[in-house]
Amino acid sequence: MEKRTDKNWYTLLFATGMVIVVGSLLAFIASSLKPKINENKRIEKQQNILYAMGVHENEGKGSVAFVEASKVADEFSKYVKKQLVITGDLDIVEDNDAYLIDIKKEQTKAKAGEKRRLPLFIGEKDGKTYYVAPIRGKGLWDAIWAYVAMDENMIVQGAYFDHQAETAGLGANIKQRFFMDDFIGEQLLDDNGIFKGITVSKSNSDPTNKIKNDNEVDAIAGATITGDGVSAMIKSDLRLYQPYFENLKTN
Amino acid sequence: MGLLSSKDSKLISDPLSDDNPITIQVLGICSALAITAELKASIVMAISVIFVMGAGNVVISLIRNIIPSKIRIIVQLTVVAALVIIVDQVLKAYSYSLSKELGAFIGLIITNCIIMGRFEAFALANGAWRSFLDGIGNALGYGLILIIVGFFRELLGSGTLLGFPVLGDPIEKTGLYSIGYENNGFMLLAPMALIVVGLIIWVQRYRNTDLIED
Repeated sequence: MEKRTDKNWYTLLFATGMVIVVGSLLAFIASSLKPKINENKRIEKQQNILYAMGVHENEGKGSVAFVEASKVADEFSKYVKKQLVITGDLDIVEDNDAYLIDIKKEQTKAKAGEKRRLPLFIGEKDGKTYYVAPIRGKGLWDAIWAYVAMDENMIVQGAYFDHQAETAGLGANIKQRFFMDDFIGEQLLDDNGIFKGITVSKSNSDPTNKIKNDNEVDAIAGATITGDGVSAMIKSDLRLYQPYFENLKTN
Repeated sequence: MGLLSSKDSKLISDPLSDDNPITIQVLGICSALAITAELKASIVMAISVIFVMGAGNVVISLIRNIIPSKIRIIVQLTVVAALVIIVDQVLKAYSYSLSKELGAFIGLIITNCIIMGRFEAFALANGAWRSFLDGIGNALGYGLILIIVGFFRELLGSGTLLGFPVLGDPIEKTGLYSIGYENNGFMLLAPMALIVVGLIIWVQRYRNTDLIED
């Protein structure tokens, strides 16, 4: 005799029941944890912006150490003086929630021919002004993004890179200090003031990155596609900020 | 062992040596290639798999008599996927920095064939407690190999262990590098993980000739 669990009606019933049970369980967990997860993401954004402009707890040559999550709100309001949103022909407005702008959505908007909103965070630390811009691009497996702090000549003052799912030990190393710190002091413009970006190069024969005006940093071995993604997102996204800096100088 | 009967304790100890999931059962090779370029990633993956494997085996074992055999693979997949999503969400909410570290690995657990393999081979035919022990045992055996492979790949490929430069600084030429030693970039690439696993298999069969199949 056929077992009950082999019957078609039982299989269907079981499948339906399982989908309902597992589906509602996951939906319940996801929606009850959502506020907490979003809060964590918000804090992380503030930590990243502060990190790019040099507000962090790094020690020596060690690993990345952000400002503690409990202190981040205070430090953020202390160091970040202004948050701007730039649209179209330098239409600049202040917006204290500009750091929450979703760069991915803005990039999709720009592709659809709409105007893209560009957030820019102006920070001050030890009498120096930092202009921090968020950028986003594609790595090997998934999204990569960064916060780049520049001075008024578009010379990089600090950067924080992050990724969704790059390969551990290879592409994932873009968020390690040995890679990110190389960007400090690099120019985004060439010597004639034309935007050139910074290329992650496998052949710049400058592994210790002593030459700062070559628009190149040393690549990570085994992370070619991720490195190319970093170069590409710097070129495409930071270029959009150049008019702002030109305007800054003429005024 | 006082806590476990000798039959039960074999469920834990066998996968660590003579019935290792990677080197003997040849399961879970894909993740062993993907994530062992760093020791830390290996350890983290091992811990995550121990959790999912233990819990998954128990769940499957508890519902083993009511699973329709025609769709049992789909049921198993659903159980793993649900567990993995729960782990992912809870980590994101309560330990955000850790979840950033784990990132891609959590999703990778779903595709780990050890988990499906043990569901099929053990949990579907055994009680919850024994399935739990089997799950933990196999995950430990898997983790052990992962950590061995990760140790050699990070040491020889990057000259570091857990991120600490144990061999000196390759750029400033200190430590071992001052006498002409170079990191082997090959070790960071996935194929070298296969070769390291192959060497482990060789050593294991050399030490215990019973394992050699003709």
